[in-house]
Formats: sequence, C-alpha cells, structure tokens
Amino acid sequence: MPDEAQPDGKEEGGASAPAGAKAPPAQDLRELVEREYAGAVLEQTAYKDLASEATLVVRMDALVQAGALLRDHPSARFRLLSDLTAVHYPGDERPFHVVYHLYSFDHNRRLRLKVKARDGEQVPSVVPVWGGANWMEREVYDLFGVSFKGHPDLRRILLPEDWGSHPLRKDYPLEGRGERVYTKPRRKEFGD
Amino acid sequence: MFEVESSTRVERSSVVPGTEELIINMGPQHPSTHGVLRVILRLDGETVKDCDCDIGFLHRGTEKIGENITYTMFIPYTDRLDYIAAPSSNLAWVTAVEKLFGWEIPMRAHYIRTLVAEFSRISSHLLWLATHALDIGAMTVFLWCFREREMVLDLFEHAFGARLTVNAFRLGGLFQDVPQKFLDLSQEFADLFPGRIGDYETLLTDNRIWLQRTRGVGVISADDAIDLSLTGPILRGSGVRWDIRRAQPYAAYPYLDFVVPVGENGDVYDRYLVRIEEMRQSTRIIQQCLAQLPKGPVSCKVPRTIKPPAGEVYHSIENPKGEFGFYIVSDGSETPYRVRIRPPSFVNLGGLKKLALGGLVADVVAIIGSIDIVLGECDR
Repeated sequence: MPDEAQPDGKEEGGASAPAGAKAPPAQDLRELVEREYAGAVLEQTAYKDLASEATLVVRMDALVQAGALLRDHPSARFRLLSDLTAVHYPGDERPFHVVYHLYSFDHNRRLRLKVKARDGEQVPSVVPVWGGANWMEREVYDLFGVSFKGHPDLRRILLPEDWGSHPLRKDYPLEGRGERVYTKPRRKEFGD
Repeated sequence: MFEVESSTRVERSSVVPGTEELIINMGPQHPSTHGVLRVILRLDGETVKDCDCDIGFLHRGTEKIGENITYTMFIPYTDRLDYIAAPSSNLAWVTAVEKLFGWEIPMRAHYIRTLVAEFSRISSHLLWLATHALDIGAMTVFLWCFREREMVLDLFEHAFGARLTVNAFRLGGLFQDVPQKFLDLSQEFADLFPGRIGDYETLLTDNRIWLQRTRGVGVISADDAIDLSLTGPILRGSGVRWDIRRAQPYAAYPYLDFVVPVGENGDVYDRYLVRIEEMRQSTRIIQQCLAQLPKGPVSCKVPRTIKPPAGEVYHSIENPKGEFGFYIVSDGSETPYRVRIRPPSFVNLGGLKKLALGGLVADVVAIIGSIDIVLGECDR
C-alpha cells in the first residue's frame, strides 16, 4: 500500500534531508540506487507527491544495472515490470522518454523509471532483467522507432514489416500526407 | 521467421520414410484463436518446437486517437478495447483520469461502478468458459454460458441502453442513476447464478476428458509468470495471490469482502478453477453492493471544460484478463499529451511461447483459450 510505503520513505529521507523538509516519495529507492551506482539518478519527481507516482529518471548506461538492483534488493523487490512505453517530445535534446512501470509484490508499491534517449540512440534492453519486456520493447520499436540494444528479437509487432514509419511520433500526421496506397507486399515465405 | 535447420532435414531414402520439421499456420481465421491472431508453429511430429505470434490485424491506433481528442471523448473508445468487458475498460480510464484531477467521487457512483464492473467480469468469464470449452470439445457448456451471458447483457441494456459497447461511466461518476428495475433484476441474477456455476462444474470439473486435456498442460511457475509480466488469472493460477482489487483497491472494493482464489500447479486446469471461483466471488461482491448501496448523487461537480494540471499518472485496475492500466501524460491542455494503454491480453500473449513450447499442437488450442485474450485490446 502506498500508506505503508510512505513511512519508510519519510524515515530514511528524514535522516539525510534537512529537518522539516518532507522527503519526496521513493527517496529510499533513490538512495539505494545511488549507493551502488553514484550519479545514476538524474531526477526524482512525483505527481502531486503521490507515492504511487514516484518517478526516477536514470542515466541510460546505468539502466540495466539499476533495474537488476531494484528487482533483487530485499528493500525494493520490483519483480514485475507492469508496463514499458515511451513518450515523444519533439524539439527536446533527448526527445524519446522510455518509461518503465515497476511493481513490487513484497512491498506493494509502484515505481516509474525513465530514461531519455536522443533521436536514433539505442536504449539498452531490459529483457535480461524482466522477460516480459520482450514484446513491450518491440512495440516501442514499432510505434516510436526507438531501438533497443541487446534485444533478442527486435521486429515490428503491430504494424506490417514494410510500414516504414512510426505512428506514435508526434510528427506523424493524422491524415493526408501519411496515407498509404495499398500494394500487395511480397510476403517472405519460409525457406526463402 | 524461422528457418528449418538443414541438419534436421533427413535425406529421404527409398527404404525409410523421411521426417522433417513442419511449419504450420494457425489462424488468423482459426476458430480457437478468438479473433484475428495468427500463430506460426514449428512442429516436430506433434511436438511444438517453436512458436511465433503475428498480431496487429486489429490495430486501430487507439493511443494516437487518444492524443487528439478530449478526456471525455475517449471513453467510448475504451469500450472498443476489451469489448467483452467494456465497463472494466471504462472504469480503468475514468479512474485514471480522476486520479489525474484528484476528484472525489460520490459513494453511490463507486458502488454502481463496482457492481457493473463485476457484471462485466462475469460476462467476460462466461464468454471465456464457453469458447474455451468449445475449443476443447464440450458443446453444452457453450450453450449454457451464453444463456447466462445474455442475462448480463440484458442488464447492461436496462442500465445503459447498450449491450456490448455500453459507455457506462463518465468522468466524475455516472451519466445518470440506474433504474430500480436494473437493481431488481441484478438481485434476481445474483440469487440464480451460483447454482448455474454449479451446473457448469458438473459438466467439467471432474470430467475425465476435460482433466486429460487441461491438467499438466501449459504449466508455468510463479517465478516465470512474474518474469514474463503475466497478470490476472494466469498469475493467480500459478499461486501468486495478487489481485489489484485487493492490493491497491479502487472504487468500492475497500469496503467489500471477497476471496482472491489461487491455483497450485499453474496449468490450464488451475486457471479454469481460478476463473470459476472468481465468478462465485463476483456474485458475492454483487450481493454486497446491492445490500450496501448508499443513497445520494451519482456524480461529482464536473467543470464544463476539463483541463487537468500538467503531470503524469499511471493507474491500473483488475480487468477480467489481468492488469489493465492507463498511463496518461497531460500537458495541461484539453487533450492528453500521451495516452498509453497497458493491455493485459498483449502482455499475457507474450507468454504463449513459454507456455506452448514442448507441448503438443492440440494443447496450443487449450493454452490460447486459458490465456483468455481479446484481440481488440491486444492490438489496440
């Protein structure tokens, strides 16, 4: 429960934060990651300070290690990757935010991890940490064009293989320019 | 997608008949795939050596649509995601948006939402049981389940004027209070239904053919199920007692008493037992909702133009199929900046390979049935 998780965060945060300042949610998790990988957490936010919306923005090169730590450490145990998706902010220096929603059965709390990727930059795949990321990363690759380094089977999943563009990018038109004329693709048969 | 390894090709001689691996397509028109799912299987005799899913036939770009319409306008689109349990999808969206705003919803609306969501769970599980049993070869169950499902759909029609795509809830509560006749008929159904579940069980639970087709088939351990992000009855069938209604309650669930059933072996049979018990528990919840239903308004004060603060929320509910969530990024305008649908069928179907590998080709039918997919929400 968020209610149960919050006192932990307050206690640990209270030790390091200045007196009187309320520690934001997931302060304990931030410290856990920073202890192991200093400088790995870039930002820490939470929508309306809700414990269930605690967000850590991590450095891309520390993502897989931080994920494995959060999965295995007894005070975190985020064993379930609930969701993996991306958000596109065109114009930013790092326009693709890949978002991971984690859940811990042992502590009944949620955590959102984020990495920010440049256009064309490869994000390390978290399939070795959470096997369920396989299809979700394929979907992000399909709809956003974000590529994942080390993914075992990176192919398009929802759209046809010859679609050629990534519809959930903000610059993809709703109608008009992006319309396709259907030509029957030559299907690759087995044994080709 | 796969290539037949050359080493497995056996030179055909004139004396011994040759054997080689066979690649077959199941679907997209195969009746057991429950929609447009294509499964490509590599078989060695009858054993599944490899399995690959081809999905996306029903992709409509719902997430992209969501980015370009207002929060209220998106509610009917959620009906078309999990169209077997449309009120559950509605509930996931409206609760996620209400979390973004921080609105307080009147208790009566919470109870009616819970009531309708449980009806949708029963309707979804009935359709699952009917088609799952039909796939394996039990015809009677199909007819009996559809008889009761028809009653649930009639109830939806009484309350919301539609049977499948009900558009049941609004941001802030309900469009209007439900008629008394809906509540009377709900009570009638809740009294009648436990006996009907017993009827289904007499046909299947101890049926030798059913046991042979489902026991020890598609086994997955709790650790593997968690690793593959499987949720819902599949996870509970493997023995993990996790239900979002209990773990992170929403709507009226904190005030209701129900049991979260779990299985032991994580096979098709345990998932069957879990869903059967869930229908019983849903009936209990419906009884409690009707008994405790508070009086009062069914909607909070909702402004005419709905503009949330900038920010992001993730909220998920226990859909009949598993964790159904919405991740909404708002930029403070009338339309969401990003709508992400966390689909249970899509994620659970990702586990099909693990479940089917090493089994028989006939078991793939039983396994797909036991995952309980709906392609509308899988492909979005």
